[in-house]
Amino acid sequence: MFEGFDPVTLARFQFAFTISFHIIFPAFTIGLASFLAVLEGLWLATGRSVYIETFNYWIKIFALSFGMGVVSGIVMSYQFGTNWSVFSDKTGPILGPMMGYEVLSAFFLEAGFLGIMLFGRKRVGDKLHFAATVVVAIGTLFSAFWILSVNSWMQTPAGFGYNAAGQFVPEDWWAIIFNPSFPYRLLHMVLAAYLTTAFIVGAVGAFHLLRDRTNQSARTMFSMALWMATIVAPIQIVAGDLHGTNTLEHQPAKIAAIEGHFETNSEGPMPLTLFGIPNMEEGRTDYAVNVPYLGSLILTHSLDGEVQGLNAFPREDWPNSTVIFWTFRVMVGIGFAMLGIGLWSLFKRYRGSLYDSPWLQRAMIAMGPMGFVAVICGWVTTEMGRQPFTVFGLLRTFESHSPIAAEAVGTSLVAFIVVYFVLFGAGTFYIMRLMSKLPSPAEDDTPDHHPTRSAGITPAFSLEGRNEPEPAE
Amino acid sequence: MDLAVLWAFIIAFAVIAYVILDGFDLGTGILFPLLGRHENRDTAMNTVAPIWDGNETWLVLGGGGLFAVFPLAYAIIMPAIYAPLIAMLLALIFRGVAFEFRFKTVRGRWMWDVSFFVGSIVAAFSQGIALGTLVQGIDIEGRAYAGGWFDWMTPFSLMTGVAVVVGYALLGATWLVMKTEGELHDIARRYAWISAIGTMVLIGVVSLWMPFMEDEFYLRWFTFPQIFYVAPVPILVALATFSLFQSLATGKEIRPFLSALAIFVLSFAGLGITFYPDIIPPHVTIWEAAAPDSSLMFLLVGASVLIPLILAYTAYSYWVFRGKVREGEGYHH
Repeated sequence: MFEGFDPVTLARFQFAFTISFHIIFPAFTIGLASFLAVLEGLWLATGRSVYIETFNYWIKIFALSFGMGVVSGIVMSYQFGTNWSVFSDKTGPILGPMMGYEVLSAFFLEAGFLGIMLFGRKRVGDKLHFAATVVVAIGTLFSAFWILSVNSWMQTPAGFGYNAAGQFVPEDWWAIIFNPSFPYRLLHMVLAAYLTTAFIVGAVGAFHLLRDRTNQSARTMFSMALWMATIVAPIQIVAGDLHGTNTLEHQPAKIAAIEGHFETNSEGPMPLTLFGIPNMEEGRTDYAVNVPYLGSLILTHSLDGEVQGLNAFPREDWPNSTVIFWTFRVMVGIGFAMLGIGLWSLFKRYRGSLYDSPWLQRAMIAMGPMGFVAVICGWVTTEMGRQPFTVFGLLRTFESHSPIAAEAVGTSLVAFIVVYFVLFGAGTFYIMRLMSKLPSPAEDDTPDHHPTRSAGITPAFSLEGRNEPEPAE
Repeated sequence: MDLAVLWAFIIAFAVIAYVILDGFDLGTGILFPLLGRHENRDTAMNTVAPIWDGNETWLVLGGGGLFAVFPLAYAIIMPAIYAPLIAMLLALIFRGVAFEFRFKTVRGRWMWDVSFFVGSIVAAFSQGIALGTLVQGIDIEGRAYAGGWFDWMTPFSLMTGVAVVVGYALLGATWLVMKTEGELHDIARRYAWISAIGTMVLIGVVSLWMPFMEDEFYLRWFTFPQIFYVAPVPILVALATFSLFQSLATGKEIRPFLSALAIFVLSFAGLGITFYPDIIPPHVTIWEAAAPDSSLMFLLVGASVLIPLILAYTAYSYWVFRGKVREGEGYHH
């Protein structure tokens, strides 16, 4: 069935498919965990019931997304070995311990306190429950820290040597963890996760405001999400620019491919190609729509800075410009659209009509899933931009894969595609159904509406008076 | 003690922690169709809902830890068990999502019941096959796996697959005996009996088969004076077995589960004795597979602080959800 296929291509496709599906869940749960911690904190601090209603609304969605993130993540931790065994052997001494730290400091922390966060409020009390929520949120951030350090090392390897077996071996752990592209990538991804979640939350709030603009919970979601967009979108654009400048320094071929920039601009300023079709065969970008000076200005922060073109690099080191030229533009376009929504909402706030702006709400709904699109496009850009290497400049992709026949990889790839679409499709359906329910004070599982079944065996605490502001403690 | 040996013990600890923890919740899934009314299945699922995620994290530590400290072993073993491993990963997805999806629908609940059962049994079977594959030996050339993608399929590996399924069913059944009451408790006790007998028979078969697969295995168990050092393992297994059957017969609630855990830990120790000092018998020793000391040391610093911490908060989480789970009192959020 898969005789004509190249096993490396199939393995790459399988990794790309499984990781693209996986990243959707962490991108959402990193932001959502922090959002839930903030909501519960606000509830404890102010006693306003709208916060706990909103918390109870989102925690069900969180549980579903987190579960899917966990099971799709286990696949990733084994796939390095199953499909990229040569890569695993060679990079294990460096990347392995970092992933080990991710498991020990993040995964266990999240998993250990998730049960309490989801099921334990009546058993541990509100304060400890809040602590569990905060710990889960911190766990998601630790996880982001380590895995982005791992990825960044593959992009900008540092602090290593080689041993006799041809493995990369650690020489300076500080240099390995804080490798040159790591701080930028971490900031960019965490902000992306926050923005992605903000637009989902905002879109759900907007959806319900269009039906019932007095709904308190929907107002809270909408307003908090838009503050996030207003404040974080511009920061993200700056962070993205810094990340790009860093990439230019360490992976110039990737930048040239992203910009469809084939000839080095040694004579004058580099234009920014807004649109065009990078033609890898001919080594030029067809149908280019250029803005003069802007390329130099953005990349070198000067009007006529020189940027190396792809033709300056050997052809066997070229990433696929045709693809990443476009994925990059989609990501940036969405970033600026998010900024636009943020500014629009600021104007509406100033006018005092944030909740009476159906067009803003419709726009927010349309933008709801766009964070995911941006995240996936961003990752495609940076990962395909690293090609044809797994460890940039040092280990080629076609030298990294396992001795597994094409038919085995092809079969597993088909199985992953079918299972992921069916199961995660069902999960998405259940999440959408939860999102379509109007948030209401009568939320079935709010602590106030539940019998205290475990009375007598757990630390006593009171739910009475939860809805009134409490004196500061 | 040198770092590679120390890490071999830590990884072995992660693997056995995984086997006994996820063992009982996979076992709960394996017994799922046999539990009678759907309310019983709800209750059974709720006994593990708050902890399954933590249990499964030990699997990630087992795999991730192998990658970190024995990268060569990771790079050789994973391709060798490609098909069963992918089957296990997919099966774990089927059962993992069922925890959430099942409570989101009434009409579609049967689908997620099937998904939970099939996922659990396939995951357990695949893990048993993986174990059998490692025991029976894999082809290696240089630093890579050199066999085909169906080499793992032998009568022995299929038998170890069945053994793990039955063993997990025992853990699951005794777990339910401990965590439930009434009708479900009685059903669980009945299956605890059946799976206990099955487990002991299969442990016997594996124990008698293994020493004859590899000369080194035989020498380890049946030569003088070695036999005196290894003899405590089968003796303790016999004691734990007695405790298991006796506690089942006398209606004890907790001891059957603890006895089953002891049997698993002892069998695992027996396996360790058989393997040591190889990580992929008979080709690769733990020293050959180990990452350089700088890698082992770096992770050891964190592990020595974090693993005790993990054990502490895991214990706390089990403590929070202690006691019997009653029908209808879903933990569900």
